[in-house]
Amino acid sequence: MQSGINVFTSFGTNDIWFMAQAAWRTLMISAVSIALGTLLGVICGWLLHEGRILAAVLLAPLLDAFRSVPLIIQLVLFYNFAPIIGLNLDPFASGVIVLTLYTAALVANVAQGGMQAVGVPMRRAARSLGMSYWQDLRYVVFPIGARAVFPSWVGVALGVMKDSALVSVLGYVELLRASQILITRTQEPLLIISIAGAFYFALSYPISRYAAKVEKRWVQ
Amino acid sequence: MFDYNFHWRPVFKSVPDLLDAGLLTLQVAILSMLIGIVIGLGLAVIRMNMRGPLYWFATSWVELARNTPALFQLFFFGFGLGAFGLHLTPYTIVLAGLSFNCAGYLAENFRGGFQAVPDTQRRAGLSLGMTSWQVYTRILIPQVFRIVYHPLTNQLVWAVLMSSLGMLVGFRELSGETQFFASRTYRIFEYFAVTAVIYYVLVKLILLASRLLAVRLFRY
Amino acid sequence: MIEIRGLHKYFGALHVLRGIDLDVPKGEVLSVIGASGSGKSTLLYCINGLEPIQKGAIRVDGTDVHAKGTNLNKLRQRMGMVFQQWNSFPHLTALENVALAPRIVKGKSRAEAREIAAYQLQHVGLGDKLNAYPNALSGGQQQRLAIARALAMEPDYMLFDEATSALDPELVGEVLDTMRVLAEEGMTMICVTHEMGFARDVSDRVAYFHEGVIAEIGPPTQIFGAPRSELTRKFLAKVR
Repeated sequence: MQSGINVFTSFGTNDIWFMAQAAWRTLMISAVSIALGTLLGVICGWLLHEGRILAAVLLAPLLDAFRSVPLIIQLVLFYNFAPIIGLNLDPFASGVIVLTLYTAALVANVAQGGMQAVGVPMRRAARSLGMSYWQDLRYVVFPIGARAVFPSWVGVALGVMKDSALVSVLGYVELLRASQILITRTQEPLLIISIAGAFYFALSYPISRYAAKVEKRWVQ
Repeated sequence: MFDYNFHWRPVFKSVPDLLDAGLLTLQVAILSMLIGIVIGLGLAVIRMNMRGPLYWFATSWVELARNTPALFQLFFFGFGLGAFGLHLTPYTIVLAGLSFNCAGYLAENFRGGFQAVPDTQRRAGLSLGMTSWQVYTRILIPQVFRIVYHPLTNQLVWAVLMSSLGMLVGFRELSGETQFFASRTYRIFEYFAVTAVIYYVLVKLILLASRLLAVRLFRY
Repeated sequence: MIEIRGLHKYFGALHVLRGIDLDVPKGEVLSVIGASGSGKSTLLYCINGLEPIQKGAIRVDGTDVHAKGTNLNKLRQRMGMVFQQWNSFPHLTALENVALAPRIVKGKSRAEAREIAAYQLQHVGLGDKLNAYPNALSGGQQQRLAIARALAMEPDYMLFDEATSALDPELVGEVLDTMRVLAEEGMTMICVTHEMGFARDVSDRVAYFHEGVIAEIGPPTQIFGAPRSELTRKFLAKVR
């Protein structure tokens, strides 16, 4: 059936390498954003939990905004806003900043829930033993709270990993963008999209199963 | 600010068009939710009651929907199906992708909901001579809907946010329309800022409507 | 008439019912007593077809409950069942709770079903609670609601599975009184119960269950006055 000049080239080993690099970029941007976002999110969660009026009035609506506007809009907005205030950021840096803030907004909720899960009597008990506020936080609130919300945090982290695909709108060639490029060239959509899907699935599925198992064990 | 001049006038002039696109966003989100609810209920019931091929079909659906990026799912319906000679319109791609995703997430919510209804409710229904179908539709599902009402609302919010991916497959919902205007006028930041506000308001309206509806629905 | 012949029931490896033979004629009130785990409740579930059986047969008015072709939905309409947990349907009002099954199972009109429901709620003393949701009712009221719900199907038999044992002590009386009224009206009843007073005063016969078999069965005067089995004597000494 093939006739004339074939402008498309078939899928080859080079392309596998191309996709592997893109997958590595997906992993990189996710890992950095999740790590930074978790740190920032825990601090925000702590502020929401402990901080009084100021946190409730300023921080809560701000974090809420990150959860009420599509990530893709946030990315485009920030990418086009940065030059206005004189920042020249590459797609990776822009992506990390937006994904970090987005992660932080989601983790803040989780962290706040974790601290609430510890409960006042437990903390009174800790303080009654003569622990300082920080010791209470370090030895009582953090370990108990982290355990309570670990599965939710895994859910957030996996969500961010999957959402990192959206950084492609800034021209960052992560896995899905790479797939799109290859599909245009090779005209083998099903094969390539399946490889990309399999990569995400292979990463996300075992981790989410593990988190579910941990949750079940801790509930008992 | 700096040497950038904001131009809001053209943006404000297109606000009516953007709001129209916002309605399209809402439409596709609500439609995909309705489809997702019907399919999600089916998947949940299959996963709880059946073994064999049907069980594996339902489980694969749920796990694929939850463990791959929504954008991947959209791409799959976009050019993945092209391999079978199936070319969907942008509207159908977004509707199919979102419905697939919602059904997978809702199936898990429903499963949790069914497990939260005591088994004695089922037995009480059966002991009155009801058929299994009647027990499900009259006794169990109404109670499940109350249990998953809050997650259901969240899922609708997600559907609205996710529909913004339509922009990447050429669908002119709110984000796609914004991009269309932005690329014509080069007022990218201004356009997306206004769109972010529209999304924020849309999400808040959904949450408000959901709360009002709950008061009417759940008098017990 | 309910006829039970050579009934055996297993939960996996657990042999719960080990050969039950029992006839319950129309109009009789039978109380079933015994320690928890002796298989009393399981017997009721088997009679109602909610649990499959492994050996033997149960016939209700000549219909084999566990035969392949039996229409269980039809059969269950003739047997009302009241459970230990008063599982009223939380999303429906008292009236809707009772009216639902007559409407969707028996195909009565909405108005007719509501009329039946209102009558039965009156019957169990909940005439003033027609539009209340279950969460506004006490445990005793919810249990009476469950009785009314079963009665609305106009059953020939009523099966009570420890109807009072999940209730606070002060609420037990009102439910037992309702059951007493039914007994006086001539309803055929099988009551699995821990209420020895009820068993003695209301039943025509009492069956003592021990480890999956009926250790002794007879009129209350026999069981409570002069038990023939050593096992019965021991059990009664413990519960009193």
